[in-house]
Amino acid sequence: MPTVSVKRDLLFHALGRTYTDEEFDELCFEFGLELDEITSEKDIISREQGDTKAEGASDVILYKIDVPANRYDLLCLEGLVRGLQVFKQKMEAPRYRRVSPASSEPQRLVITEETTAVRPHAVAAVLRNITFTQERYDSFIELQEKLHQNVCRKRTLVAIGTHDLDTISGPFTYTAKPPGDIRFKPLNQAKEYTAQELMSLYKTDSHLRHYLHIIEDEAVYPVIYDSNGIVLSMPPIINGDHSKISLNTKNVFIECTATDLTKAKIVLDMMVTMFCEYCEEPFTVEEAEVVYPDGRTCQYPELAYRKETLSADFINRKVGISESTEHIAQLLTKMCLRSEVMSDGEQIEVEIPPTRSDVIHACDIMEDAAMAYGFNNIPRTTPRTYTIANQLPLNKLSELLRQDLAAAGFTEALTFALCSQEDIADKLLKNISETRACRISNPKTAEFQVARTTLLSGLLKTVAANRKMPLPLRLFEISDVVLKDESKDVGARNNRRLCAVYYNKSPGFEVIHGLMDRVMQLLEIKPGQGNGYHIQAADDSTFFPGRCAEIFACGKSIGRLGVLHPDVINRFELTMPCSALDIDIEHFL
Amino acid sequence: CIPVLSTYPILKTLLRRVEKVDGGLDSQDVATSLGVDHQAIVGAVKSLLALGDVISADQRSSKHWELTGEGCEIAEQGSHEARVVSSIPEEGMPQSQLMKLAFGKVGFSKAMSNKWIRLDKGHEGGPRIFKTVEHLEDLVRDKLLLVQKGQASQLEEKEKNELKKRKLLSEVTVKSYWITKGSCFSTTITKQETELTPEMIASGSWKEKKFKPYNFEALGVAPDCGHLHPLMKVRTQFRQIFLEMGFTEMPTNNFIESSFWNFDSLFQPQQHPARDQHDTFFLSDPAQAHEFPQDYLERVRKVHSEGGFGSQGYKYDWKIEEAQKNILRTHTTAVSARMLYKLAQQEKFTPVKYFSIDRVFRNETLDATHLAEFHQIEGVVADYGLTLGDLMGILHQFFNKLGITKLRFKPAYNPYTEPSMEVFSYHEGLKKWVEVGNSGMFRPEMLLPMGLPEGVTVIAWGLSLERPTMIKYGINNIRELVGHKVNLQMVYDSPVCRLDS
Repeated sequence: MPTVSVKRDLLFHALGRTYTDEEFDELCFEFGLELDEITSEKDIISREQGDTKAEGASDVILYKIDVPANRYDLLCLEGLVRGLQVFKQKMEAPRYRRVSPASSEPQRLVITEETTAVRPHAVAAVLRNITFTQERYDSFIELQEKLHQNVCRKRTLVAIGTHDLDTISGPFTYTAKPPGDIRFKPLNQAKEYTAQELMSLYKTDSHLRHYLHIIEDEAVYPVIYDSNGIVLSMPPIINGDHSKISLNTKNVFIECTATDLTKAKIVLDMMVTMFCEYCEEPFTVEEAEVVYPDGRTCQYPELAYRKETLSADFINRKVGISESTEHIAQLLTKMCLRSEVMSDGEQIEVEIPPTRSDVIHACDIMEDAAMAYGFNNIPRTTPRTYTIANQLPLNKLSELLRQDLAAAGFTEALTFALCSQEDIADKLLKNISETRACRISNPKTAEFQVARTTLLSGLLKTVAANRKMPLPLRLFEISDVVLKDESKDVGARNNRRLCAVYYNKSPGFEVIHGLMDRVMQLLEIKPGQGNGYHIQAADDSTFFPGRCAEIFACGKSIGRLGVLHPDVINRFELTMPCSALDIDIEHFL
Repeated sequence: CIPVLSTYPILKTLLRRVEKVDGGLDSQDVATSLGVDHQAIVGAVKSLLALGDVISADQRSSKHWELTGEGCEIAEQGSHEARVVSSIPEEGMPQSQLMKLAFGKVGFSKAMSNKWIRLDKGHEGGPRIFKTVEHLEDLVRDKLLLVQKGQASQLEEKEKNELKKRKLLSEVTVKSYWITKGSCFSTTITKQETELTPEMIASGSWKEKKFKPYNFEALGVAPDCGHLHPLMKVRTQFRQIFLEMGFTEMPTNNFIESSFWNFDSLFQPQQHPARDQHDTFFLSDPAQAHEFPQDYLERVRKVHSEGGFGSQGYKYDWKIEEAQKNILRTHTTAVSARMLYKLAQQEKFTPVKYFSIDRVFRNETLDATHLAEFHQIEGVVADYGLTLGDLMGILHQFFNKLGITKLRFKPAYNPYTEPSMEVFSYHEGLKKWVEVGNSGMFRPEMLLPMGLPEGVTVIAWGLSLERPTMIKYGINNIRELVGHKVNLQMVYDSPVCRLDS
């Protein structure tokens, strides 16, 4: 969930009143936000770098507010205030308009064929006659960063560039070139670099190095030029220094390059709708024309208003309330979804503004109605759904066996399903190829290399971690292991196992054997061949030679028991003899 | 020393002494006057105390003087100097011969300074010693004998300190009992039995016998038994709650899942951060799932990339390769999706209530409350006409069974539920609202491509099993609860799990 940090006093000023922390917390809760933390720059620096560094830092109070991941319209102070003011019915949702430039052609961005291979989409717009203050400017920069981190998926899907339009002259060209052929002075650097040089320069940049991988291995890098060959930006990495915006910038050219056009349009809409209120003519955005390689042209930003029609009955039925059509229309309007009751008195026409890209279905509108009504005002009812409960037979069997294993004196362990390859192979003197183990491709540490194929290693690790406990240790676990299985749609299946170990000064084969007998007794299987159970000597590298037996029940091999091999004991850093039992209980369903 | 009498006569003697005095007796004095070891009297006091209120005894401590080993020897045989004098015959003895005696050296110098002997250095045949007195008063021995008789008080402090300096006396602290009559005082005592025996039951002799009282302060012997793991005990309780509420258990025994069922079928877009390498464990072997219901897969592709079923869709290029990727499931909702798809394939829809409690996996940064695997508890209800109010009502009932009565709901975001609600409960200890679960109504973009009828609503909620368990058992670090580093003592000691108390 993204967190937006806003200055409290600035926020209250914009909201036209002050709140106590509790009151504001309550307001957030109702609106689906969370007042995560109350802090200050000084607090943050002091916490992260110590008190001495924090000296002199601002102690203006900051509210850190958690915003739902799909509400890009609440990622800056401007958007938050607008959302809350409309919610509190202090203002009406503004109407955003795209306008043509007063006395000239619109700015043009020409996309060339070369971009197809690397980053094919671009959209653009102009904020005309905008007035920045320090706070507005900071918020403008911050919003770009928030969007980059969220909807832009760390710039992989979309990258935003903002430029002082008065320093450059269109038409602009969005193309892609070999890195050696791109040369410009990047933002906040003193000299020119080639793209190649930049990539190595930014290798050590704590911020930018995270984006290099997006284009690093491409043959050509995306780049935007103005008509004089000045580089505006090399998306998604860095802008040019030449066109950087400042507090004094009056006209802003915004371009978004992307691998996902839908997201690019959303991001551009967000940038302009959030800040066009500071334009000379508030809530207007000057269009820009994008020319595609095939000659097609498109005007941006889209700022599309979409209409959905739904009935009050639909909302009442889904939410579980019975409100009038008029009231529901009012509720929706509070959520920036301007709604009108249609002539039949039952249907509502809802207008979804460009800021609400999260509304893609009637159910999203229904949720907004429920929120505006107040989730906690909805009567809590009991569904009449009549059903008979059933246990999963495998889990039922496991639950029953667990109880009786504990009654037999064994203590239940709970070990991880993921482990290292070593745990299930080398340490058990097995070859990994004979384990049928499923392998994880992106483990952060060796602990998560494979899914376990046996419960034994987890139990032995539990014993190792509890060597100080009085002997004997008797442990068991009934849980799933994972095995490759081509017959399943995903190529693997779980297998429910019962595993137990006995750890003491003597191996206690008879103890673990007795436990096996007890399990068979619980499962109503009598000793004997055929439909009974019996054990017979077996070779298994995990066990001490001559001290391992295979268990057969109803004619099928169901597992093994025996005294562990001394090398296994050593590899798990144990010192005492140990016997173990491992059976597949799925045979007994 | 004096031989210790057998216990029984001592008890009787002690009782008789206590009977005779008006106030009380000091056990040390009793020992001295009876000439027995003090420990024997202490033993007798304890035996009598164990009989009930025959006597009462308060422990007290006192200092007294005692003879050292050397002091004992002197009290018996006389001081070294006196023994020197008595060992010298009239005609004297050579100094060298005297020095060979055990008491020779010390006795010689003391006797010299007492002027009891004289040394003739120039004597023929070497230095020779002669007595100068016939009778002597052995004061050292006399004083020690007084102390031995328990009459140390007759000596002056100075004298005692001098003897202490000579290491003949030492001052010891003695713990003794002040013994007085108890409320059931009697000089006759009956021998007490420790335990009831089969013979006593057979003969009926138990009727005449007195039994030694038990010490109810002591702990019993721990039973030799096995134990269930606390997290699994809590799982059993949650399972029980769902069963009480009529929910059927889903088959969640498939840790490995395709991205299709884990994400795509839930209308979670392919660029969603949860599908990132940093959040999810992908498999390299088996890397891909190879079997999907083809027509359903096509409907899923369409709703993501083009929309439909009343939705705008996400409008991106949906790729089968992403859906095929095998992962360790990130939530049990993948199984709910399979179950709902299966339900949709029934000829006629029937309402269902499903639950599961099983492991899920996240490739997350680990800390004191997060592991790469944890248990998810999930409940799902599918029926015609379910409302958001129904979801809140059923959550209310569910949490009531956990002993949580105060609930409130916060709007939230989840890619596959709309509306989505975070469930908060009021924590009486922390005096604030804390998040206890997540809930919502599955999106039509998830349900309709499966083929579920239009009017069917599916409500669901989920929470982790570890968190309530950690709160229940007061565990702060999740590694102490789950995994091989668990402290077995904690498992042995964990109480039964009653979630509603």
